[in-house]
Amino acid sequence: MADRWLHRLLWLSAMLAALVLGGIVVLLIGRTAPFIAQQGMELLARQWYPGDGEFGMAAMIAGSLAVAVLALVLAAPLAVALAAWLRYFAPGWLRRPALALFALMAGIPSVVYGLWGLLVLVPWINGWVPPGASWLAGSLVLALMILPLALLVTDAALAQVPPDWLHAGAALALSRVGMLRRVVLPHTAPAIASGVVLQFGRALGETMAVLMVCGNVVQWPGSVFEPVRTLTANIALEMSYAAGDHRIALFASGLLLMLVTMALLALSWRLGRRHHGTA
Amino acid sequence: MVRRDRVATGVGAVLLLAVAMPVVSMVLAIWDQGHDELSLAFLLQDPRQAGQAGGIASLMISTGWILAVCLAVAVPVGLGCALYLSEQVPPGSRRERGLGFVLDVLAATPSIVFGLFGYQFLAITLGFGFSLLSGGIALSFMVLPLMIRSAEQALRAVPRAHRQAAAALGVTRTGWITRILVPSAAPGIAVGVILSVGRALAETAVLLFTAGYVLRRPDSVMDSGRALSVHIYDMAMNVPGGADRAAATAVVLIAALILINVMIRGLIRPSRAGGHA
Amino acid sequence: MKQPPTLELDDVHVRYGEHAAIAHASFRVESGEIMALVGPSGCGKSSLLAGINRLTDTIPGCTTRGTITLDGSPLGQWPDAASLRRTVGMVFQQPNPFPLSIHDNLRFPLAEHGVPRRERDERAEQALRSVGLWEEVHNRLGRSALTLSGGQQQRLCMARALVLEPEVLLLDEPCSALDPMASAAVEELIDSLRGRYTILMVTHNLAQARRLADQVTVCWVDNDCGCVVETGGREQIFTRGRHPVTRAYCAGECG
Repeated sequence: MADRWLHRLLWLSAMLAALVLGGIVVLLIGRTAPFIAQQGMELLARQWYPGDGEFGMAAMIAGSLAVAVLALVLAAPLAVALAAWLRYFAPGWLRRPALALFALMAGIPSVVYGLWGLLVLVPWINGWVPPGASWLAGSLVLALMILPLALLVTDAALAQVPPDWLHAGAALALSRVGMLRRVVLPHTAPAIASGVVLQFGRALGETMAVLMVCGNVVQWPGSVFEPVRTLTANIALEMSYAAGDHRIALFASGLLLMLVTMALLALSWRLGRRHHGTA
Repeated sequence: MVRRDRVATGVGAVLLLAVAMPVVSMVLAIWDQGHDELSLAFLLQDPRQAGQAGGIASLMISTGWILAVCLAVAVPVGLGCALYLSEQVPPGSRRERGLGFVLDVLAATPSIVFGLFGYQFLAITLGFGFSLLSGGIALSFMVLPLMIRSAEQALRAVPRAHRQAAAALGVTRTGWITRILVPSAAPGIAVGVILSVGRALAETAVLLFTAGYVLRRPDSVMDSGRALSVHIYDMAMNVPGGADRAAATAVVLIAALILINVMIRGLIRPSRAGGHA
Repeated sequence: MKQPPTLELDDVHVRYGEHAAIAHASFRVESGEIMALVGPSGCGKSSLLAGINRLTDTIPGCTTRGTITLDGSPLGQWPDAASLRRTVGMVFQQPNPFPLSIHDNLRFPLAEHGVPRRERDERAEQALRSVGLWEEVHNRLGRSALTLSGGQQQRLCMARALVLEPEVLLLDEPCSALDPMASAAVEELIDSLRGRYTILMVTHNLAQARRLADQVTVCWVDNDCGCVVETGGREQIFTRGRHPVTRAYCAGECG
């Protein structure tokens, strides 16, 4: 008897977790579907003047992509290079303190990254090319935020490399650089890419740090020194006073973020599975 | 050949420095900006004049309430879901993969989306309003995957031989789970709880339009209240001359997170394995 | 063809931190001969091989003492491990081809060691012919090496060691992970290398040692530390071992 009740209780909590996700998707779609149907391509073609009933998001979609892509371009190669370096080149004693540093970086709240960006990075860029609060500032802060996790997934992927190959490489006196370039990285590339794609999703979805350093002007990202506004920052900025269609437009941008996240997750899985296939 | 390796070793060291520098700069800059404001009074007084004077005592109370609500939802649901995954679903089955899919998507969902959902569903539909309750529950949705995955890992680490021994003694499933499995996995589950607290403490976007902005001391969980992380954002962005106090609050928040880190390391240490629930 | 060198070990010790894997190892492998190193597991045979081509350098806390010489010149005085490992090739117990094409498994080490591009294909073909793999794989050189059977993979690993034109070969139980058919093919291959390379081979298989080796060294574990018991010609070790351990081991009574 007791067992059956316990079973139901556990099933219920599992259903609750599933319901949260289902609830998010249903709510976002339910609230926005008529609006999206009514607006159609206007959502991309128009400008963003919510007061006048114009809800064109193209510039902010571009802003989100621009900030996240540049962050990824900065962080991913650095993360892969550092992970490989820590495993194959660095002196052994350095590994633990370095990993502790990356754990610290991963644990710092995004609002603190944003604060640092606001206090240090933005004035520094401003001294170079005003106004400082810009696409570049956002990408730099995001790059620092996604670097530690990208590094840790790369490290985990490298740990899966069979030691046999490394022994063979050593016995043939091959350089570590050569082994890395020809054997280790090609083999682990899908697993690394799978992890990096997830970090790209995180960069796209990040709100606070970007909100604090990007300047939040709604415009197409032209130069890296100009301010941009991302979809996430837009929700955070306008949700508190938005009403009517304006509010629904913000929910629509939330739905878009959610869909992009799911697509990236699916891509990450595909890449990850291919890795298992060849291993 | 060996020269290439030596060059790579040097280049890597330079890269590490390039990454470590901004991090050190971050810690130093925030300490530098904030440490003048830090005092016992800052911790014990409520904020005045939109935070320009006074301290952060009421915000710590609000943060504590939000965390309490968050854990009150996330721990039982998370543990139940983890038990469901580790005990009742055959590995590799469709239900396991389905639930895994749900957890992966939730883990990857942008926090601002949890904020939107919390606002619409908790504050409006359920009528909780801008309150610590709304904020805490919305936050619990966000930390749920982390809580479930770490609890599941702890449960799966309990040796299967224990289960056979229990079955051979005729122990019921309920007895096995409550008397043996969960107590043996308790240290690992505790790590999951603490990780979730850390994630919840660091979160801001979820709380912006669920828990609200109010600086006052909350009387109940139905009151609106401002978390420390939201305070950092608001002081830095919306209050002129608020950067010092934002930085001081950030120092307090980071200190709390470091404390949590130390607790996790203490729990993970094997000498404590098999501790009490 | 140049005469392969004589490999001589004099009082060699390999230690992992405090623990000695093998101590006081001394023997001599004559030019072009095959020496089999036999003995129970854990007696430090593989550690001794790794000490010879300094693979022990890559293991933290692992040290090698004593003198190892090739034609009288001590290996300790070689300028770098790279040139040493080019002269002393090694093949492992588990076939470990790189996850590259069959062809690239041979061309990649050549490229790494600065062999000009135009010579690589020819040397790869030579190496594949010398391990008897050319006929089997010449029409699918671009396929992944991991698609080969276990025995073919091991012969590819032999080819990969040979393509760098070493003078000495260290073989660490090269047949023990293979089925009997594949094992026979690799054994035949090792036999065909006699005279061209000085070969030191670790094996558990006494019958194999007896079929292949010119000389046999017996190792044993004493006080948790490996040691060399006796070295001698094949027939002498197997029929008239001087040491009681040798006689017992070769009679299959222990180990």
